[in-house]
Amino acid sequence: MGSSSVFTGFQFSDLGFLAEAAGRTLLISALAISIGTFLGCIFGWILSVTRVVGDATLGVVLDVFRSVPLIIQLILFYNFFPIIGFDLNPFAAGTVVLVFYTSALVAAVVRGGISATPSATRRAARSLGMTYWQDLRYIVWPIGLRAVLPSWAGVALGVLKDSALVSVLGYVELLRASQILITRTQEPFLILIIVGAFYFALSFPISRLTARLERTWQYD
Amino acid sequence: MTMEVAVLAMLLGVLLGLALAMVRMSGNRSVTWFAVGWIELARNTPALLQLFFFGFGLGAFGLHLSPFMIVLCGLSFNNAGYLAETFRGGFNAVPPTQLKAARSLGMTLGQSYIRIVIPQVLRVVYHPMTNQMVWSVLMSSLAMLVGYRELAGETQFLASKTYRIFEFFLVAAVIYYLMVKLILVGSRLLSWRLFRY
Repeated sequence: MGSSSVFTGFQFSDLGFLAEAAGRTLLISALAISIGTFLGCIFGWILSVTRVVGDATLGVVLDVFRSVPLIIQLILFYNFFPIIGFDLNPFAAGTVVLVFYTSALVAAVVRGGISATPSATRRAARSLGMTYWQDLRYIVWPIGLRAVLPSWAGVALGVLKDSALVSVLGYVELLRASQILITRTQEPFLILIIVGAFYFALSFPISRLTARLERTWQYD
Repeated sequence: MTMEVAVLAMLLGVLLGLALAMVRMSGNRSVTWFAVGWIELARNTPALLQLFFFGFGLGAFGLHLSPFMIVLCGLSFNNAGYLAETFRGGFNAVPPTQLKAARSLGMTLGQSYIRIVIPQVLRVVYHPMTNQMVWSVLMSSLAMLVGYRELAGETQFLASKTYRIFEFFLVAAVIYYLMVKLILVGSRLLSWRLFRY
């Protein structure tokens, strides 16, 4: 012990550590995206139905999530609970903030999707005897989905990358793992490149797939 | 400080983004890969990672940037990647026949770009550019993690000095909110003036 230095170079086994952390990044983003999308659909529907009243209440609240930096939201939320006597772990706090952040972004997308269906089409559906929900399910959903899937994927990709900010709270996801390794190995360049490659590998396939969907869906 | 770095990064991002879009559309193989690489890297990795790269990554080569330069380089890199795609979409939205028509009416190449093509492109990219400006402001808050004292960094400094974390960050959140709203209102006013016809 103590022959040369407390720092040890980057080893092959560290890739496993990073992969595990990438799994956590994936887990927290998958949670945020799925729950956030679900909530966002509901919020977007409420916004499109209530119009002025919804804009003045729910719209304003959701707007705050989009106008305040995510990192500030995370710090605020994480530090709010100790004040009222709860103790929240970084994972829970990060997930909750990311879920609301996602839902705010998705709500705007969903609202756009609902308004993408011409009102004449919806009236026609109702005239044919469809119920309101049938109209939503069989008319608005297919048309709206086609219109906004690319923007939804953009939101999902954004959340995947923004989940890096949860590292600020101390949750050991990919970026935090890189910081830990950098401290130990003192090889920031190499490790940042590897971590960048991890993020790229997570995000690039989705963005390619979306670009392809965007192209092919335009023609049918 | 926040506005300073966000606006500078936006300006640099617009210039670099234009250049990248031009290069990518030029079809010159030897340089296209560079532009594509930049754009895909900027769009597919977290902005914070990009900041760290300019901060710690380059530091490994003995290239120590000041915190301000780290933030400026990181945000410009990111903005340029996103804006390049925006500009490419904008230029593709203007049919090439427009340029040809302008040229056949006797305009010089410069004239036809300035009077015919650019105004149409601007209409398409104006809204995405406003969004990117908002993102630029929001992303500049990441500067607190590389030690630059803009709004978020200063807030963190004061918060750690006084242990009033929640209060200080609440104030910062309100200020960010107002800044974003100001940008959106300003952009809407400007668009009324710009796109009257």
